[in-house]
Amino acid sequence: MNQGFFRFFLTAGSDSFAHAVTKSLVAAVWFVFLTFPIMVIRVNTIEKTVVWHWERMGYVAAAVFFGSFIWRWLLARKELKKDDSRGETKVESWLTRLQSIPALKYSALALLAAVAVAYPQVMDLYQTNIMISCLVYVVLGLGLNIVVGLAGLLDLGYVAFYAVGAYAYALCNMHWDIGFWYMLPVGAVLGAILGILLGFPVLRLRGDYLAIVTLGFGEIIRLVLENWGDVTMGPSGISSIARPSLFGIKFGVIASTQYMFYIMVGLVVFTIFCVNRLQNSRIGRAWLALREDEIACQAMGIDKMKTKLMAFALGATWAGMAGVVFAAKTTFINPASFTFWESAIILSIVVIGGMGSIRGVIAGAIILILVPEFLRDFAEFRMLLFGAIMVLVMVFRPQGLISAKRKIYEYKATNAAGAANE
Amino acid sequence: MDYFLELFMGGLTRGSIYALIALGYTMVYGIIELINFAHGEIYMIGAFTGLIVAGLLTMLGFPGASILVIAIVCAVIWAAAYGYTLEKVAYKPLRNAPRLSPLISAIGMSIFLQNYVMLAQTSDFLPFPELIPHFAFLENLGTIMSSAELVIILATVASCVGLTLFIKFTKLGKAMRATAQNRKMAMLVGINVDMVISATFVIGSSLAAVGGVLIASHIGQINYFIGFIAGIKAFTAAVLGGIGSLPGAMLGALVLGLTEAFATGYVSSDYEDVFAFMLLVLILIFRPSGIMGKEKAQKV
Repeated sequence: MNQGFFRFFLTAGSDSFAHAVTKSLVAAVWFVFLTFPIMVIRVNTIEKTVVWHWERMGYVAAAVFFGSFIWRWLLARKELKKDDSRGETKVESWLTRLQSIPALKYSALALLAAVAVAYPQVMDLYQTNIMISCLVYVVLGLGLNIVVGLAGLLDLGYVAFYAVGAYAYALCNMHWDIGFWYMLPVGAVLGAILGILLGFPVLRLRGDYLAIVTLGFGEIIRLVLENWGDVTMGPSGISSIARPSLFGIKFGVIASTQYMFYIMVGLVVFTIFCVNRLQNSRIGRAWLALREDEIACQAMGIDKMKTKLMAFALGATWAGMAGVVFAAKTTFINPASFTFWESAIILSIVVIGGMGSIRGVIAGAIILILVPEFLRDFAEFRMLLFGAIMVLVMVFRPQGLISAKRKIYEYKATNAAGAANE
Repeated sequence: MDYFLELFMGGLTRGSIYALIALGYTMVYGIIELINFAHGEIYMIGAFTGLIVAGLLTMLGFPGASILVIAIVCAVIWAAAYGYTLEKVAYKPLRNAPRLSPLISAIGMSIFLQNYVMLAQTSDFLPFPELIPHFAFLENLGTIMSSAELVIILATVASCVGLTLFIKFTKLGKAMRATAQNRKMAMLVGINVDMVISATFVIGSSLAAVGGVLIASHIGQINYFIGFIAGIKAFTAAVLGGIGSLPGAMLGALVLGLTEAFATGYVSSDYEDVFAFMLLVLILIFRPSGIMGKEKAQKV
């Protein structure tokens, strides 16, 4: 078997091994040519100096030569598997089977709860802070998942709602000293209102147009935050925002971080609960229908307008809440935190994790936010890898790491007559 | 009056650059109905290639005008190669996938290319040498029009005319129009659709590279991020005119360039980019098919 695998791997998509090597060599030469000026030459036109990085040519050639084998192998494998693309992978079906055992499921949940309670007590401040931001991204990802994953509306301006929540809390706290707990629902409502305001005019637009309009909208919000200095303090941002308090008790830095962690865990659980309920509700099914086929969905009597608005508003609600939490956590916000890249990161969490799947989005957030934190040395390659992974996932595994499980009602014919009647 | 003329020429220059980039968007959209999100990055890579070549040639002591020509030629070659590879890697395997997939792949590619240039070169603003020569006969016009603006506008007009003639009269141009009409039918009558799509990417990328070098030389600095805003604006221009239509893209680019110039000149320069985005949102809401686009019935 192993030998067969190697042969398939080495010659995937080619007639013979020699042909495959030639193909890879051609690819390597082509990419060396392609990357030559940008990778190798670095000019400084002021000091009139040139720095040559010849060694990078070798890296590119080696990476492309070996990478192209993997690329062709993945393509060939995808080609072979085309028919059962809906089938679950082994790990997934194994997980599903484990989940169906109640004792195991509850003990796993209890273990998870114990870890969540113990985490900030055991880990240091730094680790807790990273975990909090990861949880913020989980909430953001789950919120965007409603819009992109369930309803199939590509929203590239999602960060606008996040910014609105954060700025609402920062400004209200600065001017009127309003506390975190009052602003959390207000942030949610503001997000929802803004979602409807944005959703309303763009309802008629499809796919790519919608993506661009939302992107433009997000940029407008950011530019306004940056330039409307009288209100938003411009690029310098708002600092010393109050941390959340518990019935009027104010905590120190360590205690408030731990408190923040528990708030975030609570918010994540609440979000998962709501999204899970939404998914299986009438509106959730309407979203899925809308995602699959807009016209057929209308023909089935679903109010397209209402469904889209609901998706926008509910998605934005979570972003508004996450924004309030973000402002309270960092105690400092400025427009630089709300660029298009933030939207792109949240989108890649949803896409790489698996569109429409709650477990997938959580896994995506953990992989994309936690892993780069631990691989500090590679921090500068983070966005590069995000981009590359987005392309690779779309090409080879469009359903993401953990695909959304759809409830399928199977009709099993019990006898021959039943089958014949179909 | 002078101020008005100055703004008008500035707007015309902006519009010309947007037109060069918008043509690439609109051609690709016309043929494979995909918004090539990474097109702005091709423009940026063109500008960077131009900078590298121009920097090398300046140090070797080449005369001024020849540097401009060689820099543009090199930028065109490499940007075209990037456009070709981009299509092969990120879009071709997704040709039969749901519409959302190539779009996300394009966004991923755009992020990748930006960070690739940032890591390989630098994230700082790099000074770009002034390549466009000064013409003596324009000196007495004062601030109204510079020779750089004249060159940019002329180059754009030449590219647009050339492209229109190419699409109208050559065999490849006819094949492109046929593919845009109906890809399957084009395949049936023996058109190599893969080749046509590649050619579209190559031509679009080349035009973007010309724009990249010219605008970088005009503004005087570049960094890895310039493609993003330029790409969005060119896309706005393409949508404004009706995406998929070449004259529409040119008209849209001019409208956008003039609107921006006058809005920043008479209203406020702080909100320069906001005007473009507002125009985009308004156009998409009230006339999604654009100025010259036709309402297309949706296929069921």
